Amino acid sequence: MYSIKETGADRAFNIINYVLLVIVLIIIIYPLWFVLIASVSDPDLVNSGKVYLIPKRISFEGYRRIFQDGEILMSYKNTLIYTIAGTLLNLTLTLMCAYALSKKKLYGRNVITFLFTFTMFFSGGLIPTYLVVKQLGLLNKIWALILPGAISMYNVIIARTFFQSTIPEEIEESAMIDGSSVTNTFLKIILPLSKALISVLTLFYAVGHWNSYFDALIYLTNRKLYPLQIILREILIENQMKADMVAEGLMEESMINKVKYASLIKYGIIIVSSLPVFMIYPFIQKYFVGGIMIGSLKG
Amino acid sequence: MRATSQASLSKSDNILYRKKNKSFSKILKENYELYLFLLPAFMYFIVFRYWPMYGLQIAFRKFNGAMGVWGSPWVGLKNFRNFFDSYYFWILIKNTIGITLYSILVGFPMPIIFALMLNEVHNDKFKHFIQTVSYAPHFISTVVLVGIIIAFLSPTTGVINHIIVALGGEARPFMIMAGWFKRIYVWSGVWQNMGWSAIIYIAALSGIDPQQHEAAVIDGANRFERIWHINIPGILPTIIVLFILNMGSIMDVGFEKVYLMQNPLNFEASDVISTYVYRTGLIDADFSFSTAVGLFNSIINFIILIIVNMISGKTSEISLW
Repeated sequence: MYSIKETGADRAFNIINYVLLVIVLIIIIYPLWFVLIASVSDPDLVNSGKVYLIPKRISFEGYRRIFQDGEILMSYKNTLIYTIAGTLLNLTLTLMCAYALSKKKLYGRNVITFLFTFTMFFSGGLIPTYLVVKQLGLLNKIWALILPGAISMYNVIIARTFFQSTIPEEIEESAMIDGSSVTNTFLKIILPLSKALISVLTLFYAVGHWNSYFDALIYLTNRKLYPLQIILREILIENQMKADMVAEGLMEESMINKVKYASLIKYGIIIVSSLPVFMIYPFIQKYFVGGIMIGSLKG
Repeated sequence: MRATSQASLSKSDNILYRKKNKSFSKILKENYELYLFLLPAFMYFIVFRYWPMYGLQIAFRKFNGAMGVWGSPWVGLKNFRNFFDSYYFWILIKNTIGITLYSILVGFPMPIIFALMLNEVHNDKFKHFIQTVSYAPHFISTVVLVGIIIAFLSPTTGVINHIIVALGGEARPFMIMAGWFKRIYVWSGVWQNMGWSAIIYIAALSGIDPQQHEAAVIDGANRFERIWHINIPGILPTIIVLFILNMGSIMDVGFEKVYLMQNPLNFEASDVISTYVYRTGLIDADFSFSTAVGLFNSIINFIILIIVNMISGKTSEISLW
């Protein structure tokens, strides 16, 4: 690099910069670390403020209860199904749509792109969308969580830009000349060249499904279909808020049982619910910068 | 191989030249596979994006489920007037804009500063490590994030209050204090998204020509001067585009996090347009009124986006479209 002699001022700058970054690092890591150690410590010690840096009186009681809780397990399974089915549909539609829109010879391409992009900036809003889903008879069906968000135009733009900028036209054209159909070219030539793109899109869509609760909140009333995030909301938010209110004398003590249960499992359930996302994260991480940069290009 | 690709080039050129005089049916026939590729997406946008826009007209009607969108009686601007006259109107506007402005004020510069600081680190291992860690919170769900916030801030069992008490302070029920709502909302957002939002700036910074820095060093510029005169101007176009997008959503507080952080005791600070739309629409089932409120919000958003984009286009020649 441009390493000309380091001056005293330079060294001071470096030290201050490093110190500040280490502080930032600690602020980012500490909450995550605390959740982790709290999940394997005796809940009484955690709740009374005896655990700060390392786990104390290690106990897996929270985890044991989580894996015995039928509702949590069912919602976990539901989320797994919604995520896999939803992501497959997202990928299929997004890649097909983006591929077609990347072809300059496609007549009407600009009009269609405009029609699709417009929806990023203006939408029908909550109730009109709800009425459409209701009219289609999708309430309380898995489809209600998959179809209304089947395509994100933002991701289509990422994919289209990727196809236009990284796949050489000559390869496709020679395939076409050899008599390969569009579908065949897409499946046999384009997709194998798009691993980076597919990884980023899979991550974006899958994390989106895994973490979403809003669609389930408005479209589902059947508890058997509830995804994990809705159950988490009951445990982590509703019961905890009740605990705070009981503590402040704003609510009677009769709620105390549910509240106690929540306080036993809350840190464990955070770990269990976030684990899948953090397990795929390291594998896809290297594609982040590329993925985001493609998306930011205009074209 | 080379021969075929040559041939293909000339043939495709031919196709391009001939296209202009073709009839529509012929174009369709030649590209029908591509149109089939587009069909599912097209149907999606029509059904789930444009059909609801058609349904927006219930904002001007008194919606009745039995009569449907088209059959419900027309009431003109009555729903909008009711909203403007309602007790909630100014509270909602104040909270909505207050939260987004605070978010932009704090949340917008932080990733830029973080990226600039990271760019000065020349130890690649450390840089890579801190980057990887800083992305992680972005992948935590909103429910879990708010769950962590509530757990940490609990007046009796929360670690933050334990630390405050250990330092000689007094435990406070932050989550039910309206005065703390915005701060908690914004700073937890910074915690979650700073690293992720910095990616784009880090990438832009890595695109700056090192020769500029070498020349500046020879001219005697120090680190701050180089950051100020080379790095910041280098990423300014990126900053402006993202700023436009941020300003365009000034009336658009995401529903999810606010709703989860909301409770009856912090309501006066936490009630925003999107949660009001949800409450009046799906809880009170006042479909027309809720749609009118939502439409009002979307239109304002859209207008602001266009204005900000125009101003930026005029002053810096950078715009979204």
